[in-house]
Amino acid sequence: MKLIVAIVRPERANEVLEALFMAEVRGLTVSRVQGHGGETERVETYRGTTVKMELQDKVRFEIGVSDHFVEPTVRAILDSARTGDVGDGKIFVLPVERVYRIRTGETDQMAVTPGWPEEESR
Amino acid sequence: MIAQSPEPSAPDTVWMLVSTALVLLMTPALAFFYGGLVRAKNALNTMMMSVASLGIVGLVWALVGYSLAFGRGTGVIGGLEFLGLENVGLEVKGSIPHLLFMAYQATFAIITAALISGAIVERMRFGPYLAFIALWTVVVYTPAAHWVWGGGWLGSLGVLDYAGGTVVHVNAASAALAAALVLRPRRDYGRQALLPHNVPYVLLGAALLWFGWFGFNAGSALGATRTAALAFVNTFLAPAATMVVWMLIELARTGRATAVGVATGIVVGLVAVTPAAGFVSPLGAIAIGGIAAPLSYFTILWRSRTALDDSLDVVAAHGVGGATGALLTGVFARPEWGGSAGLIAGNARQVGVQLIGLLVVAAYSGLATALLIKLVNVVARVRSSQRDEAVGLDVTQHGEEAYTRGEGAVLVMPSISAPATRSTDESMRAPLEVPA
Repeated sequence: MKLIVAIVRPERANEVLEALFMAEVRGLTVSRVQGHGGETERVETYRGTTVKMELQDKVRFEIGVSDHFVEPTVRAILDSARTGDVGDGKIFVLPVERVYRIRTGETDQMAVTPGWPEEESR
Repeated sequence: MIAQSPEPSAPDTVWMLVSTALVLLMTPALAFFYGGLVRAKNALNTMMMSVASLGIVGLVWALVGYSLAFGRGTGVIGGLEFLGLENVGLEVKGSIPHLLFMAYQATFAIITAALISGAIVERMRFGPYLAFIALWTVVVYTPAAHWVWGGGWLGSLGVLDYAGGTVVHVNAASAALAAALVLRPRRDYGRQALLPHNVPYVLLGAALLWFGWFGFNAGSALGATRTAALAFVNTFLAPAATMVVWMLIELARTGRATAVGVATGIVVGLVAVTPAAGFVSPLGAIAIGGIAAPLSYFTILWRSRTALDDSLDVVAAHGVGGATGALLTGVFARPEWGGSAGLIAGNARQVGVQLIGLLVVAAYSGLATALLIKLVNVVARVRSSQRDEAVGLDVTQHGEEAYTRGEGAVLVMPSISAPATRSTDESMRAPLEVPA
């Protein structure tokens, strides 16, 4: 099992979600974050106060997947999040020691595989 | 038509001073209404599109527009005798100082230009937009105002437009339609849900628009008269009817009355009663407001399923509302309430005259607007770049954010921190010099 953490542009977040659903990746967490990735800073002015905005808004995806799902997930994010400019973000693939599904107590592989019966009713 | 008297009427002058301020408030109100309906990354740009009109169109009107609209001139365009406010002084026009009349009319020109912006939010560069509204005021608004109100040919034909259903709302809506078509849809339109980012702003804007609209309609009596009282009451009742019908439609269709729906209903009712306010009975105003609701509602439903990105539904609210009001003015106008006779009072011809008025203004406005934007585009690209549209126009056009948290903002020292001026500047700078 791996945990895939992807930091992407907020304006690409919808495309990423779409691509992940197309790739049949189910189960993810999204949060709004701020960060700096070497892009040129933005200059803003408020009544004579000029500031450089060093931190950019980003969206972070966290997706726990079984090993054979890593490749399609990463590919979906790469293709959908890329604009070609600095600041497109990063994808980290991390090893995961253990996963629990809270509802059933299932662990590991079973916990990151969608429960098929529920899938029908969704 | 206008009797000259040596002294202005004090009560009339007071009411028109207040009305002018009320109508001026409608433009920042519109900024909130529109600003709340767009995404957070475009909130400031959208609000600026309205607020900037106060400056740009205000000046253009005083220097050029007023003369072309209200100068004697011909049936088609006004004269040049008031250019640069020449001959516009404290002499009496009607029963109020001429200068005040000019300022009152300026507030109408300002909001009409601002209304157009609702169709082209989130995708137009700001500089070309400013050029566009300046040109639009001269080329489109002033002739239309002259035709109907300034002694032009539509007024002579008998078109009834109490406070601007045709001149302001149909005019702006037709321009909005043309502008949306020329600028093409936003890149995310039809691919993502583009949701209002601040619904309380939308309600605040609608409420302030209603407040200001009392100056718009009751002020169009141009004095503290009985007609002003009628227009005031009609301006109160028509949006009430529209809002109630709107909520009932929503409840019947989806089981839920929405805040954005109520705000839209208020605006549609205000638009619909505008041409009728001083000509119809209060019950007529309620009927006009009620009838406008389903027409506008279903236009919005239909429009949002088409490729037409009239982003904030200027056509559905101001075009359909304004046309409905203009035509129904021809139906409900009654001599005993101050209008000439309409259909109900036995004059079917009035409906035809109303139709001619709004078709002429809509056709001229649409064509001229499309040409103007294409003309501006020759000089400076009107459409924002794909990247700017993605990042948002607040940052890219204005270098500001509506909701900045200030995290990661590094102060750029102004150039006065150079050694030459250091001594005078030391106290201000001291707390900022944090050791690295």
